[in-house]
Amino acid sequence: MTEITHVEKTPSASPPPRGGATAKPRDSAAQHRTTLLVVLVGLILVVALFLFMVTRAPAETKPTTLGFSLNSFFNWLGGLNPLVQIPLVLLAFGAVVGLLLLLIEYAPRSGKGYFWLRLVACFAIPVLAFMLLRPYQNAVIYVLGIAVLLGAILFYADYRSRQGAGYLFQLILFAAPAAILLLLGLVYPAITTFFQSFMDKTGDNFVGFDNYVWTFTNPEGFWSVINTLIWVLLAPTIATVIGLAYAVFIDRAAGEKYLKVLIFMPFAISFVGAGIIWKFVYDFRQGDQIGILNAIVTAFGGQPVSWLAATPLVNTLLLVVVFIWSQTGLAMVILSAAIKAVPPEQMEAAELDGASAWERFINVTVPGIRSSLIVVLTTIAIGALKIYDIVAVMTGGRNDSTVLAFEMVNQQQRFQSYGHSAALAVVLFVFVLPLIIFNVRQIRKQRELR
Amino acid sequence: MTTSTVVLEPTDDKRSARQVARDTRKHEAMARKRLTSKGATIAAVVIAFFWTIPTFGLFVTSFRPGSDTQSTGWWTVFTDPSFTLENYRLAFTSGGTALTLAQSFLNSLAITIPVVLFALAIASLIAYAFAWIDFKGRNFFFIFIFALQIVPLQMALVPLLSLFSRGLTINEVTIFPGFDLRGVEHSFATVWIAHVIFAMPLAIFLLHNFIAEIPHEVIEAARVDGAGHGQVFFRIILPLAAPALASFAVLEFIWVWNDLLVATIFAPSSSLPLTQSLNSLSGTWGDQWFLQSAGTFISILVPIIVFFLLQRFFVRGLLAGATKG
Repeated sequence: MTEITHVEKTPSASPPPRGGATAKPRDSAAQHRTTLLVVLVGLILVVALFLFMVTRAPAETKPTTLGFSLNSFFNWLGGLNPLVQIPLVLLAFGAVVGLLLLLIEYAPRSGKGYFWLRLVACFAIPVLAFMLLRPYQNAVIYVLGIAVLLGAILFYADYRSRQGAGYLFQLILFAAPAAILLLLGLVYPAITTFFQSFMDKTGDNFVGFDNYVWTFTNPEGFWSVINTLIWVLLAPTIATVIGLAYAVFIDRAAGEKYLKVLIFMPFAISFVGAGIIWKFVYDFRQGDQIGILNAIVTAFGGQPVSWLAATPLVNTLLLVVVFIWSQTGLAMVILSAAIKAVPPEQMEAAELDGASAWERFINVTVPGIRSSLIVVLTTIAIGALKIYDIVAVMTGGRNDSTVLAFEMVNQQQRFQSYGHSAALAVVLFVFVLPLIIFNVRQIRKQRELR
Repeated sequence: MTTSTVVLEPTDDKRSARQVARDTRKHEAMARKRLTSKGATIAAVVIAFFWTIPTFGLFVTSFRPGSDTQSTGWWTVFTDPSFTLENYRLAFTSGGTALTLAQSFLNSLAITIPVVLFALAIASLIAYAFAWIDFKGRNFFFIFIFALQIVPLQMALVPLLSLFSRGLTINEVTIFPGFDLRGVEHSFATVWIAHVIFAMPLAIFLLHNFIAEIPHEVIEAARVDGAGHGQVFFRIILPLAAPALASFAVLEFIWVWNDLLVATIFAPSSSLPLTQSLNSLSGTWGDQWFLQSAGTFISILVPIIVFFLLQRFFVRGLLAGATKG
């Protein structure tokens, strides 16, 4: 396998041994350093080429294209009937994933054929990916250069990897689709939004902390912060408590299955649907009431109330009720399964010790389901922080019922005020932060146990 | 106290072991009985009643003649019953925006089904790598991906939208021109991509927890027999992880089907899903509760059917990795 070293234009082309396992440890450490150095140089070259392309764009010439791009595929697909699109796009996707798996399976094997397979794949994939993204009108030379260089780096790093050739290659194939999506769709937007929060409405001028000042002083911004805090404090705790109580009450009761479904059903209903269902409950009108809440109030001789316009905080609390109604089912289902996993011997031991039902619940059941409780609480809390639909459908944020996530979209869509929207997003981000940190520590602990 | 029959020392005699097991079960059952008292059952029924009433009220309304629903409460149906299916026919064919509910129903299907499968495939690939391929920084990247749940959906919407529609331009050089899908009749591409992206962190986390718990020996054995990671993934991991895949599929299906925000922002107006049409119709329908209720139940139906079909997998997959004390 030494005839291949000339393929790479590497400065230090020493004959590579097959995999690091056979080499002496010191040798392999030195080799590892060389590999890193070459990869680094390669990456610097890519960046340089990229900067070169960006700063000295060649004039528009006639389009260089494969004649086929993602755009043209989506265009063609979009013209079809929605129901026809489903199998077609799944077929295309399945073919790509199948190819990926075939490559993962065969590329890491040793042998001449597999070596060439890896080499071709390393160059073909980046080039193809770049060409699929767009029909290149200019800079095609640069783009091809970058793609080829990337392929070369990938192949070289893979070839010299300590775990043997093909190891890095398959790892990258496994991880690349998800990694690209996450970088593109979450990491990049999060960073842009952060910077945008210091810009003005249009995003052109730097305004410092003005947007944050606006968030905490303007009535809409202020109420969205207060209401979001109310949501995130009340919704998870109440939903979890009711869900847990219900799970305990119906545990091994007759008809448990059906009782569970009754509570779980709201979870499968969209927030839009839930909003409409509850708007009907809260309905207010002159004369005969058709909303059940006002019907009850009037039946007891009270005056009907326009619930969703009731301030202060009444309407927000009523919206939280809708969310609790919808999420209790999730809490109940997860906690019920966790309760069943608590060893019955512990319960019996506690009972023998003369513990009452309540004591047994507090001292045996709750510690036994602790990690599930955390999962449920954080899931619902994150959901409550990001709530949009319920507010949009039921009040549209009127009468001080707005929340951060709703106001963010509102500022963006209605007022085209991107700076305010971004600042609200960052505030929301700060609210979620403690929850995630807490969970990450939890996961760390669990992974150490393993 | 006879509960002490929970014998711990091994019994040689099989019959007596069985006897012990039977006793244990009996005592367990007794202990349980005393836990689920009458009061608890009543409390449970009360909760269930309150949880069902709102849905039930709207459900009844959707079958009442329009004029009745405007003037009397749905509970009067018990004393003065009259029913019709007319509401559903009207709701299906009336459209406030460019779409009727029936059309947006198809759109919802065309959005949801591909997204669920895309997300499952992509997430399970990387979840497998995290679970069974050793590499540097594995823990760090895994936790980083989990932490990405921190990014609120709304935060990513605008940059992603501008990436899709206007592409990426640096210093007046177009790196990526964006998708030009304005003239297309039913384009779901951007909605698909956006949904799949937002599903990733949780999907990877849940699937990884399950895949990592598959016994080591199974995978080692296949590797020894000469299977590469591709085969192990396809022939061993996917079948064994089926409960987790199914449970995430249900969850993702419900979320995507019920989503309003992502679709509102990314879908072109002819590709809007059911939730969006329902939302805009509920504006035009205003006080016409007989139409709103029928429309709502049309939208509720599919996720509930999916949930019932796959519910026995639901909890099992979700709980992997979460139940350990």
